[in-house]
Amino acid sequence: MAVLIFFFLSALCLAGVLGMILSRNPAYSALWLVPSFASLGGLFGLLDAPFIGVVQVIIYAGAVMVLFLFVLMMIPLRPEAPRRGRRVFLSLSVLLAAGLAVLIFLSLSASFGAGPAAAPEGFGGPKEIGRLLFRDFLYPFEITSLVIMAALVGAIVLAKKRDRS
Amino acid sequence: MIPVSWFLALSGLLFALGAAAFLIKKDLLVMFLAVEVMLNAANLAFVAFARARGLLEGQVAVFFVITVAAAEAAVGLAIILLVFRRRKTVKADELDILKG
Repeated sequence: MAVLIFFFLSALCLAGVLGMILSRNPAYSALWLVPSFASLGGLFGLLDAPFIGVVQVIIYAGAVMVLFLFVLMMIPLRPEAPRRGRRVFLSLSVLLAAGLAVLIFLSLSASFGAGPAAAPEGFGGPKEIGRLLFRDFLYPFEITSLVIMAALVGAIVLAKKRDRS
Repeated sequence: MIPVSWFLALSGLLFALGAAAFLIKKDLLVMFLAVEVMLNAANLAFVAFARARGLLEGQVAVFFVITVAAAEAAVGLAIILLVFRRRKTVKADELDILKG
């Protein structure tokens, strides 16, 4: 059963990314990624990380993609026009990505034999994650809030309309 | 129980697809989306290794990656909006004023 769910979710994820690459309209590209990121949340759930899975669905599939769609709607969309001289570039980039995939597989193959370790009780639940976040990772956690604050102010300052008078 | 290696293979595939999308696409916004795909592939590898070792630190790292990625998306989209307002285009090919 878990294997079936894994194959369904990973097929959904890969199909979303492929749809993002193949669609010419940027709005459709962004919409294709929503099921992809949501299925990644499900995959995190399969890996005994329910809290991270829920965070993934809420923040990535929800907040970040909505932000992308808002910005997409502010910019007048033009579908990508096919251009001459693109074929060589296209095949080169596919070749490069395939080489990258082979490299990643080679470097990961050393860890392929490792079976899952026995997970302790409550592994990946909000209780355990929260205990770790607020005890061992307290300083990084607080610094993250500063980073978000700075990003918020920076985004507002950057995107604000300046009157040139 | 699903072997952890399947998740690792999926994350490698996702990363390569994200890199391919980054190279193929000509729109700044879609290139930015491709970067998000690569970040998510790395997150999947983090969670898979956390499961393989039975350590929660990997999941905490993913938590930080997600929060920083949200901040990065806000700033990056603001920059793209600014570029569009100045140059009236978001195609990477047409942003060539640095060309000598």
